[in-house]
Amino acid sequence: MFNLLKRLFKTSWLNFKRNWGLSLATIFILVMTVSLITSLFLVREVSQFLISQFEERVDISIYFKEDSPEEEILKTKDELSKMSEVKDVEYISREMALEKFTKRYRENPLLMASLEEIGANPFLASLNIRAWKPEQYKTLVNFLETAAFRNLIEKVDYYQRKPVIERLSLIVSTANKVGVGISVILVIIAFVVAFNTIRLAIFSQREEISIMRLVGASNWFIRGPFLMQGIICGVFATLITLFISFLTSWLISPKLENFLLGFNFAIFFLSNFWILLFIQLLTSIGIGIISSLIAMRKYLKV
Amino acid sequence: MIKFQNVTKIYPPDTVALNDVSFEIKEKEFISIAGRSGTGKTTLLKLILAEETPTRGRIFFQDQDIHKIKKSKLPDFRRKIGVVFQDYKLLPSKTIFENIAYALEVIGASDKEISQSVPEVLTIVDLLDKAHKFPSQLSQGQRQRASIARALIHRPDVILADEPTGNLDPYNASEIIRLLLKINELGTTIILTTHNKEIINSLEKRVVSLDDGKLIRDEEKGRFIL
Repeated sequence: MFNLLKRLFKTSWLNFKRNWGLSLATIFILVMTVSLITSLFLVREVSQFLISQFEERVDISIYFKEDSPEEEILKTKDELSKMSEVKDVEYISREMALEKFTKRYRENPLLMASLEEIGANPFLASLNIRAWKPEQYKTLVNFLETAAFRNLIEKVDYYQRKPVIERLSLIVSTANKVGVGISVILVIIAFVVAFNTIRLAIFSQREEISIMRLVGASNWFIRGPFLMQGIICGVFATLITLFISFLTSWLISPKLENFLLGFNFAIFFLSNFWILLFIQLLTSIGIGIISSLIAMRKYLKV
Repeated sequence: MIKFQNVTKIYPPDTVALNDVSFEIKEKEFISIAGRSGTGKTTLLKLILAEETPTRGRIFFQDQDIHKIKKSKLPDFRRKIGVVFQDYKLLPSKTIFENIAYALEVIGASDKEISQSVPEVLTIVDLLDKAHKFPSQLSQGQRQRASIARALIHRPDVILADEPTGNLDPYNASEIIRLLLKINELGTTIILTTHNKEIINSLEKRVVSLDDGKLIRDEEKGRFIL
């Protein structure tokens, strides 16, 4: 068995070298295909990252009446924290709200003068709530409207932010569906192109295949070297794609990090190196083998 | 050894390549199949190789009906037959050594057997010094000798030579025929198809003549008759 494999690899490697033009063309097409799939994988990861970043920035605030006792507000906070939809709840007391405002607008004399004119602290205590997903805010608001502590609540600012939150939910779900749809189409196109390239390569060797049959070679004896050549091309294509992916990530990372809210391609690439390698090898070798098998069927009819 | 029993081959829609042909070939025989182009000679060889199936009749190889052999067993059957083609049919991307070795690899020979047998056969056909050349680097006569070496390497029971001298000049042609005679003397049955009058007449061996797909003559020491 070992000798058979050794012979198979030796023959395939010789064929690969001697038909180097054909081998290069096949590797090129596989690199294009695998690069496309890697790019789709990266784009998907970036999209998920950006979406999560946007979701982080969405929240709602509950403003409590001026005379609401702090311990009641803190009880409300605890009750909300226990809900599965709630990611976190932040309590901002009246004093903290005043401090924040003063800190933010101290360079604005008009606002500072207005505040001084009012005399007292005009800000209400609030709870700042963040849900896991944008679509969960509606559930939270419904809960707040029927909860026991609703009498303490002055205002919930969800209805002002509702259009933004609903728009974000729609964008997220549409982006996911469209992304999947486009990915599927592009992957199919890439596979078809790669398959046809390999089919043409085997077509150009149909005379050799027919000679092998006449000499008495069985179908699998003929297929073996072609499949192994497909694997060799796949491995080379993967190595080249990995190198190009890494180089590209390393070069564009610093330029895009700010724009992508902190997503670093190079770090992502290194931390997901083995997954990327696995996906690329599976794709390139898979295409090589499946295409060879299908393309050779026509010439192996005994 | 090989028996044709009322064999007819019709290519659709109505081209009759062979018409009710019956004859037998004995072991270790040297037989020429003569006739002009298009008379059914190559079809006859294709039927023996099971590349084509007869429309009517049966063909037996060592008492086995060739066309009842399962498709999965055909490669094993074809390994008993060596074939020499007019257009050599050498694998262009393999050296002469590798082309001949391929016939042994197909039957599972070890590297040791290959490294011993191939040079022996190359010596028989006088191509030992060309072992590592590619077919494109050889003359036509050398390519045909390489093709014979490949046909011979796995010690087949029979060699089918389909117009092996068709592309060769008279010098190379006579060398090839001498080589086939030598192989026959060593015990291999040779079936040679040709339309070359000089070759047939010089051989003084059995000649089966075909005309329009019909067997018109079968003579032990035949001559080419127009």
